[in-house]
Amino acid sequence: MIELLAVSKVYNAGQPNEFSAVRAVDLVIEPGRVTALSGPSGSGKTTLLSLIGGLTRPSAGRVRLNGRDISALSERFLTELRRASFGFVFQQFQLIRGLSVLENVMLPALPTGRPHRLTRARALDLLAHLGLAARADTRAQWLSGGEAQRVAIARALINDPGVIIADEPTSHLDSALSRQILAILGELRGQGRTLILSSHDPLVFESGLVERIVEVRDGRVVGAESEKEKMKDGA
Amino acid sequence: MNAWIERQRGLIDFTVANLARRKGRNLGLFLAYALLVFLLASVVLFGDGLRREARLLLADAPELVVQRLTAGRHDLAPEAWLEQLRGLRGVGAVSGRLWGYHFDPTVAANLTVQVPAIDPPPPGRVLLGAALARARGLAAGDVLSLRDHAGKPYAFTVGGMLDARSELVSADLMLVNEADFRAFFGIEPGRYTDLTLAVANPREVRKVAEKVLARLPAARVLTREETRRTYEAVFNWRQGLLLTFLATVLAAFALLAWDKASGLSAEERREIGILKAVGWDTGDVLKMKLWEGALLSITAFLAGYVLAWLHVFYWGAPLFAPVLKGWSVLYPSFALAPRVDLEQLATLAFLTVLPYVAATVVPVWRAATLDPDEVIRE
Amino acid sequence: MIFQPAALALLFAASLNALLLGGAGVFALHLLRYWNPASGGERQIALERRTWLVSTLVGLALLVSLPALALFARTADAMAPFFTGAMCAVGSLQANAWGLPALLAQLLLFFLAAAWLIINHLDQLGWDTPLIRRKYLLLLILAPLAVIQAGLLWLYFLNLNPEVITSCCGSLFGPESGGVASDLAALPVDGSRPLFFAALLATLATGGFFLATGRLGTLFGVLSGIQFLVAIAAVVAFIAPYIYEQPNHHCPFCLLQAEHGYAGWLLYPPLFLGTAAGIGVGLATSARGKESLAETAPRVARGLARLALAGLGGFGLAAVVYIARSNLVL
Repeated sequence: MIELLAVSKVYNAGQPNEFSAVRAVDLVIEPGRVTALSGPSGSGKTTLLSLIGGLTRPSAGRVRLNGRDISALSERFLTELRRASFGFVFQQFQLIRGLSVLENVMLPALPTGRPHRLTRARALDLLAHLGLAARADTRAQWLSGGEAQRVAIARALINDPGVIIADEPTSHLDSALSRQILAILGELRGQGRTLILSSHDPLVFESGLVERIVEVRDGRVVGAESEKEKMKDGA
Repeated sequence: MNAWIERQRGLIDFTVANLARRKGRNLGLFLAYALLVFLLASVVLFGDGLRREARLLLADAPELVVQRLTAGRHDLAPEAWLEQLRGLRGVGAVSGRLWGYHFDPTVAANLTVQVPAIDPPPPGRVLLGAALARARGLAAGDVLSLRDHAGKPYAFTVGGMLDARSELVSADLMLVNEADFRAFFGIEPGRYTDLTLAVANPREVRKVAEKVLARLPAARVLTREETRRTYEAVFNWRQGLLLTFLATVLAAFALLAWDKASGLSAEERREIGILKAVGWDTGDVLKMKLWEGALLSITAFLAGYVLAWLHVFYWGAPLFAPVLKGWSVLYPSFALAPRVDLEQLATLAFLTVLPYVAATVVPVWRAATLDPDEVIRE
Repeated sequence: MIFQPAALALLFAASLNALLLGGAGVFALHLLRYWNPASGGERQIALERRTWLVSTLVGLALLVSLPALALFARTADAMAPFFTGAMCAVGSLQANAWGLPALLAQLLLFFLAAAWLIINHLDQLGWDTPLIRRKYLLLLILAPLAVIQAGLLWLYFLNLNPEVITSCCGSLFGPESGGVASDLAALPVDGSRPLFFAALLATLATGGFFLATGRLGTLFGVLSGIQFLVAIAAVVAFIAPYIYEQPNHHCPFCLLQAEHGYAGWLLYPPLFLGTAAGIGVGLATSARGKESLAETAPRVARGLARLALAGLGGFGLAAVVYIARSNLVL
């Protein structure tokens, strides 16, 4: 369970270009469900995602993960917690060029100190499961968009986190590939993971994957009545 | 502990892959780095080698040398002085020395001819320095013929070679018997080139020197300490001069390293952002970057040091020898005794690796503290 | 003299240390004033980021200080021929008033930097960085010390005058000099030898007890510090004479020379590392009270205790072997 209590995020505080990305947001995200943040670009969805995932610390307010206040943690602990609890899939895939697919997938596990052998085996498993076994030694820059997004998902899963955060997961893919990615995400939901997405792609909302929609506008969560609760079982 | 090792291993793996990815860029820095180590190491190795040779030379030198001055010029000292010096309080053994120079037109160089105090060769025999023997193509048993003071040929039989341990000292040396020496140079008995005095207590050396001057007003007294200090000062000064010159090279290198480390490309910023977003903390990125610097430093240092070592000990230091040696042109093939010294390694590491680390630590830290949400925010 | 490459290297390293740690000291003042972990504001984040730089710099200072200590001793040793009367490092260091203080400052810098890094390590293990104030207060001592050390080193090398007749170690440790050094040398072997072994064994036993039961960690830290002083006194009083096989040669520096089989290099590094780790056990134990370190601090303390026992044990073993092999009977 993730709780945001009166969370605000201000960039460039005290300077002429001061900018409030998120303003006094209260939000509770239940475990094991698929929550989507929707809203136009620049509405603060992405900042909200980074606050939820502990990539950014709030300027004011509190973030709690399973009842523990994580906003006052030192960077090292916040990172450790994030590494163990959250997997991230970014809008632009964000793979490192020049490294192989396998090396890219293993990156989040390097600082954990888990034996190299185990990490490698798990990475190969994940790649095989996502239909990328043959691409393990390919350099990241030679992948197609759909492949890159699946590698990014494998990377997000390497530390076996309970929560997957995906920022606009379909924005750079055509419809067929988007459906493929959504199917994979649905499978993750089936494994009991919590999914938090941001999107303004109708395909995502029509897919039946999303169980709860949170409308964001101008850094605020818009009216509780707009939260459409779709009750659904399983994936 | 195992987790720690695994983590370092993971970081090193990544660092190596990372260095390999930017070969061109890192190669330039590596070459500059290795060149710097090479230059500094050559100066330090060569200078220390010379200093050690000089120390060997002086190790057996007497505390005091007394010369006779006539009209302000060095003259032969009479045997009678020996007796006068023996009576002085604090003075141990007193003896006369015979040595001089002989110009040998065959090798176009000045030879040092000397009568050793202990174990002089038998009459008619000569012991030769290795460099001189090489230059004249002589081996034990050969005959060495030189023109004496009257221009007549004087034949010596080569009895053997001198210990090659210190070539700088013995390169041009010829050791002969006293009788041969006097006959060759035409020096009558009862006269010596100079006299030596042993003084047991180092604190009394100066006092004894004053007493010698009071008793023998025509004498000049040289103390071993002064000679040694003159040698050392000359070496230090020359070496310091070179090092100071190299300091500008060092500064240029530090600037280059700083520039390379701080001029992060957009690509690198993005990559560090990715690492931090997927769960590396500042410390992990910092360690990765420090490993990168360490790997570069170690390889460049080793490459530069090994090259310098070969340069100094096997190729005769052609780059610096003229400045550092600078006192004689004799040595036809002059080689320092090869040596590796931990103290020197530490000195060199302080002078090369430390500037690199100092120049890169702040840019590296800056890179490591990039915001983790930078990737997601763009 | 200053043109000796080793002297240049030492001066460069010390000046760099002073500059970097001096800057860190200024930052420490800033941090102590503005640190507020509850805030997610930009100043707090900037402060947190800078703590990474500071810990890297102190780590660097520690990494440099141990080789610098050795290099300083060796350089002083190598300069002895410059000074009439000097036979080893002691003579060179005594050539002016700054040599020994510079060496002692270097030694202190090593121990303080080690202590700082241990506290830093502990601090980072707690989610709320519970030792941050303690750490930066210590940095306020460490930073000026680095500056002072560099200053002393410059004063020493700039004021070296070969004309000065200095004294060899024999006179520093001889009965007529009347200082602490000669008092140490004059300690009767009958008394000081059992005292040294008693102190060493007590320290080792306390460390072993701490490893077995997790108690008396603070005592072990204090004993390690005391044991260091006792050990140095013992080296001067009898370990050195045993190694030289001369009852009146007490110098702790000549041990570093090749003539004496580099014995110093087997004795000092384990002693220094063991002492630093031992003091670290005390520090870690005293941090146990912090809620966020209740579990991790004892674990760190145990690791350090193992290291300390290995170091001090190694030193003790080397000393015993040298004494047993010596032909000297005291």
